[in-house]
Amino acid sequence: MNSLVSFYRSSIGKKVVMSLTGLFLCLFLVEHLVGNLLLFANDGGHLYEEYSQWLVSNPVIRVIEVVLFASLFGHALSALVVWIKNRRARPVKYAKYRLDENAELASRITMLGGSVIFLFLVVHLWSFFVPLRVTGTTMTAYQLVVQKFSDPWFCAFYLFALVVLGYHLKHGFQSAFQTLGLMHKKYQWLLGLTAFVFWFVLPAGFASLPVYFYFFSPPTPSAVVLGVQ
Amino acid sequence: MQKSDFYRGTIHSLASSTIMNLTLKIWRQRNRDDAGKFATYQISNVSPDMSFLEMLDVLNVDLIKKGDEPVAFDHDCREGICGSCGLMVDGRAHGPGRGVATCQVHMRSFRDGDVVVIEPWRAGPFPVIKDLIVDRTSFDRIMQAGGYVSVKTGGAPDGNAIPISKHVSDEAFDAAACIGCGACVAACPNSSAMLFVAAKISHLALLPQGGPERKARALRMVEQMDKEGFGNCSNNYACEAECPKEISVAHIARLNREFLKAKLT
Ligand code: HEM
Ligand code: SF4
Ligand code: FES
Repeated sequence: MNSLVSFYRSSIGKKVVMSLTGLFLCLFLVEHLVGNLLLFANDGGHLYEEYSQWLVSNPVIRVIEVVLFASLFGHALSALVVWIKNRRARPVKYAKYRLDENAELASRITMLGGSVIFLFLVVHLWSFFVPLRVTGTTMTAYQLVVQKFSDPWFCAFYLFALVVLGYHLKHGFQSAFQTLGLMHKKYQWLLGLTAFVFWFVLPAGFASLPVYFYFFSPPTPSAVVLGVQ
Repeated sequence: MQKSDFYRGTIHSLASSTIMNLTLKIWRQRNRDDAGKFATYQISNVSPDMSFLEMLDVLNVDLIKKGDEPVAFDHDCREGICGSCGLMVDGRAHGPGRGVATCQVHMRSFRDGDVVVIEPWRAGPFPVIKDLIVDRTSFDRIMQAGGYVSVKTGGAPDGNAIPISKHVSDEAFDAAACIGCGACVAACPNSSAMLFVAAKISHLALLPQGGPERKARALRMVEQMDKEGFGNCSNNYACEAECPKEISVAHIARLNREFLKAKLT
């Protein structure tokens, strides 16, 4: 226990926690996207409903859910601690500082991006997780999706957050491997390719949902009725 | 080298052997406790063939003639090997260009009429002593914590008697090229010393003489680095971009690996 505490206290320890939790969140995003693609089944949400019922009733998934929330909390909290410590390490700022000539944009906006993602997650959980799982609603998950994605502002916010997530992972995914000491010239190409899937394909996949529901799938009459209830 | 740096360098060496006039904004600070402020100086007759430090020498002669206090800046070898000349020039550690120390920057990288901002390295663990000179003994304390081999390993002939594969010795040598200048800290948005520590860790961990102590070394050096108040690495890689010896961030991955191995086993 003592050694765990001293590990977390070290600068590298906190970064390792961030990288492991970050990669776990990435893994969750894959599962989440695959599940969400069932919304495209064009069956009025039947398949998606079955899938979400299965998730809720599966005890393993419930445990993973707890780990997931803990990861998010651990990631964001460590990010904050690290960020504060880093700001303190330079008490007098430069009058002129051209970081832009030395580091990529994605690596310079991680805290800003992370904060947007955090805000997004609050809205996201409030829109779907809370009504479906905490307070209860008469709507099915599918109907809720249809209703929420009929609002252009809601869709725009989603798309913005996904661009930000893309940027976060453009830096974060490879950064995690560097932090874990798993970076090597030999398989850099493989890592770059995998990173592309995570920072581009994944957010693009998520973005397809609001776009599809807003532009191509007018809400079913029953969803509208239930939505205004 | 970035494109802009490249063009700046070449176009000017082609187009101007002409003399330049510059405005210098230089950080002046009497001592550790002084708050410090920028002072503005005009300097004329700057040749594009001068080194950056020669330009400062000229300025100092002017100042001395006028009875003013010359600008204090650190320097020794003036050929990129001692690591003492670090200056933040126009927001870039060691000024424009890649793979050079401040003493290797030439005035052809500037244009007539430029305003050049010159600051000391800024980091909590590098307090300013005077003007542009900072105290880098925090690096020395990191070295004292583990940047050595405790036993006598003999001279060059003894070293040469141990076969080491070419790519390993090359990599150790690349790391050993670190001159301890602190540009990695200065350029890093987090004032992290990871590239410096990584260079030392890599250099010793890769060689058989450094092997037996590698775990304790990684733990102690990282602990001292944190104690000194350097920030955490966020993999921006600005350090590698500004390192005069172009030390690769791959060494930081190795440092992380060494530290993790030492902690976990
Ligand atoms: C789905 C959500 C998220 C995923 C998948 C994710 C993923 C990652 C990954 C893989 C890293 C790289 C870790 C490393 O450099 O070792 C990272 C870094 C970072 N994350 Fe996240 N993250 C998420 C949410 C957040 C949130 C909510 C915040 C802030 C409140 C945040 C703040 C940061 C910061 C500041 C870094 C950079 C840390 C550094 O470079 O020192 N992230 N993220
Ligand atoms: S790693 Fe490079 S920038 Fe850092 S101290 Fe060594 S030589 Fe200077
Ligand atoms: S004066 Fe020695 S490296 Fe510049």
